[in-house]
Amino acid sequence: MDLAFISKYAQLYAQAAKLTVILAAAGIALSLVIGLVCSLIRYYRLPLLKSLARAYIEMSRNTPLMIQLFFLYYGLPRAGLRLESVTCAIIGLAFLGGGYMAEAFRGGLEAVSRVQVEAGLSVGLSRPQLVRYVILPQAFAVAVPAITANTIFLMKETSVFSIIALADLVYVFKDLVREGHSNENNLLLVLFYLIIILPVSLFFAYLERRVRRAGFGA
Amino acid sequence: MLDSALNVFRQGRNLARLMEGLWVTLEISAVSVLLSMLLGIVVGLLMTTRKPLWRAAARLYLELVRFVPILVLLYIFYYTLSRNWGINLEAKIVAVLVFTLWGTAEMADLVRGAATSLPAHQRESGRAIGLTESQINRYVIIPQAVRRLIPGVINLTTRMIKTTPFVFFINVPELTKVGQQIVEVAGMKNYMASFWVYAFIFFIYFAVCYPISRFSGFLEKKWEN
Repeated sequence: MDLAFISKYAQLYAQAAKLTVILAAAGIALSLVIGLVCSLIRYYRLPLLKSLARAYIEMSRNTPLMIQLFFLYYGLPRAGLRLESVTCAIIGLAFLGGGYMAEAFRGGLEAVSRVQVEAGLSVGLSRPQLVRYVILPQAFAVAVPAITANTIFLMKETSVFSIIALADLVYVFKDLVREGHSNENNLLLVLFYLIIILPVSLFFAYLERRVRRAGFGA
Repeated sequence: MLDSALNVFRQGRNLARLMEGLWVTLEISAVSVLLSMLLGIVVGLLMTTRKPLWRAAARLYLELVRFVPILVLLYIFYYTLSRNWGINLEAKIVAVLVFTLWGTAEMADLVRGAATSLPAHQRESGRAIGLTESQINRYVIIPQAVRRLIPGVINLTTRMIKTTPFVFFINVPELTKVGQQIVEVAGMKNYMASFWVYAFIFFIYFAVCYPISRFSGFLEKKWEN
């Protein structure tokens, strides 16, 4: 184990990790919004929009992120739409994640029992109040495990960002392969992924414990 | 505009090469899924045994492999096997090895879930009506566990297919790599080449994965009770 190598290049990895975290946070936040909107559209069976949401969900869930990124970064500019690689990464991750999050929220929404909705209506809640105070909190509690799995999945998916010229962890790793020291390089790569993924996993484990008590209306 | 699309695919053997690339993609996925299923059943059953050491070992393997991005595993195996241990494997074999390592962990978790989710009264009822243990396994437990397992296994297949583009990074000529090569050559003359080729690959993946996902959803619904 060559500590000199590790201390020399840990800085590079740290910078790459920072970039990954920023892109992942933006992409995942957007995918939560997209997922919520799509799942509500399907829950309320809004005409036309419902079919569009369905088509989008199937497309995002049945194609790989890498191909989505290739198309966004190398294909679209030829049709007149040029995007920065950072923008591509966020849009790509949100496009992929939106479909997965929509399914997670849908599972939650479907688990909210009819009785809860009727009880809400009978105490005189308006439609928006019903969604805000009765349906969403319960749906969210049920959806948390699926949201957790999706978030971890999306964080791992960020590992392909180097194909659109972003200096992420994998990019740094490949850059340092030439230097030899493959044990140290392997260690740094795995370590930095653990550093960014583990806290997310722990946070969601905590969140799952918190919302499990919310066993209403089952 | 459509002319440019037709030209890319008509030129030389471009369409045939893409199909060959698709074949490599499917080959890697199929072999990895089959191996993962076999090994995953073994590891999954280990996780349900009463031997704590076996269970801990299986658990550790599972968490480790599922925490690290597959691309990271792929790179580490690809570079380390040859450089440090002098094992020179074809890139395609390394891909199958790594995908199986990951698939086995996913499969093991599915098997564990299916095996532990059956209520205890199923086995007890079997005993009560006088079935032997092997009859209980054969007629009561296994058929129900398999039903719970199959939708997950089918999903694992589509996930495996969607993971194969990663082999692009270690230069296996599958669909994505072939697409990039075609774009590099055709792109010089044909301005729209990259747009059409990547759109085409996008829809090939969709055409392959969507029916499989639908089938899994159908089975899930059918066996809900």
